[in-house]
Amino acid sequence: MADTVRAHGAHAAPADHAVHTATGLSNAKLGMWAFLGSECLLFGALISSYVLYRGRAVPNTLTLKDVYDIPYTSVSSFVLLMSSLTMVLALAAIQRGDQEKLRAWLMATALLGMTFIAGQVYEFTRFVQEGLSIKSNAAASAFFTLTGFHGAHVTVGILMLLSLFGMSLDGRLPPERAEVVELIGLYWHFVDIVWIVIFTVVYLIPAK
Amino acid sequence: MDTDESLRETASATQPEAVAREPELAIHPGPKQYIVVAVVLAALTAFEVAIYYTDIPHPLLVSLLAFFAFWKFVLVVLWFMHLRFDSVIFRRLFITGLSLAFGVYLIVLFTFRVFIRS
Repeated sequence: MADTVRAHGAHAAPADHAVHTATGLSNAKLGMWAFLGSECLLFGALISSYVLYRGRAVPNTLTLKDVYDIPYTSVSSFVLLMSSLTMVLALAAIQRGDQEKLRAWLMATALLGMTFIAGQVYEFTRFVQEGLSIKSNAAASAFFTLTGFHGAHVTVGILMLLSLFGMSLDGRLPPERAEVVELIGLYWHFVDIVWIVIFTVVYLIPAK
Repeated sequence: MDTDESLRETASATQPEAVAREPELAIHPGPKQYIVVAVVLAALTAFEVAIYYTDIPHPLLVSLLAFFAFWKFVLVVLWFMHLRFDSVIFRRLFITGLSLAFGVYLIVLFTFRVFIRS
């Protein structure tokens, strides 16, 4: 029980030094949640574009289903899911004041993210070699745009994680700044939940 | 103002009055809970992939895949993103964006008759 419930107060900045806000909540966190809400609209547009185009492939031409490797993509999905775990363990580490564990979990998250990106690059290269590129048809174009945007988001996340790692090495990430890790964590988990939707809608659910 | 002072000034945390309004803000899960959630997520992914290879009717396949994806989504948002233990304001912001996206694009897809068999 002690492991599962910890008082937030132990990790908060001293009240006399914290910035007071109208809501009593962190403005940075409020801003991040608002941003993530807007990102739902971006990815909603890209996913619905893909759904719109995928059932409209030209007959007798190569389709996405012909080139998918579901077991391979499942492993990629698992890697990204586990990176969410390591991210949240990094947050727990900085809230405890454990800098070594923080750096270990941050690096693990970044490495898992890089593994995912490497997997995506390999997968796209294979698709292009088999004859399906962004120019092949509308469905392929929507697919590469959607997964490309997602990959770009993951890459930005990796850069932020590496920045946090550097800040921690530099001693610029004390427990009082745990919120910085939390904010990057929120972004990273969002990227993960977008992939959960993409994996199901794009890879697993077959077109009629 | 020295560096430490400026760091503390910008390290805004949840204020005591916010915690008094919403006591759940004081609760945070521990590493063991996170690991349990991760194991559940992995299991759900495995179920999804297993179902993909079964020979079940298309509507049932879609329903099951959507069901598992929904619960994976919810688990990550509630536990990993801390929304279960955070202020209702954050929940409202995220759900507003999500609902708007879902609603608007569902309308777009129905307009283009994506769900109607040709």
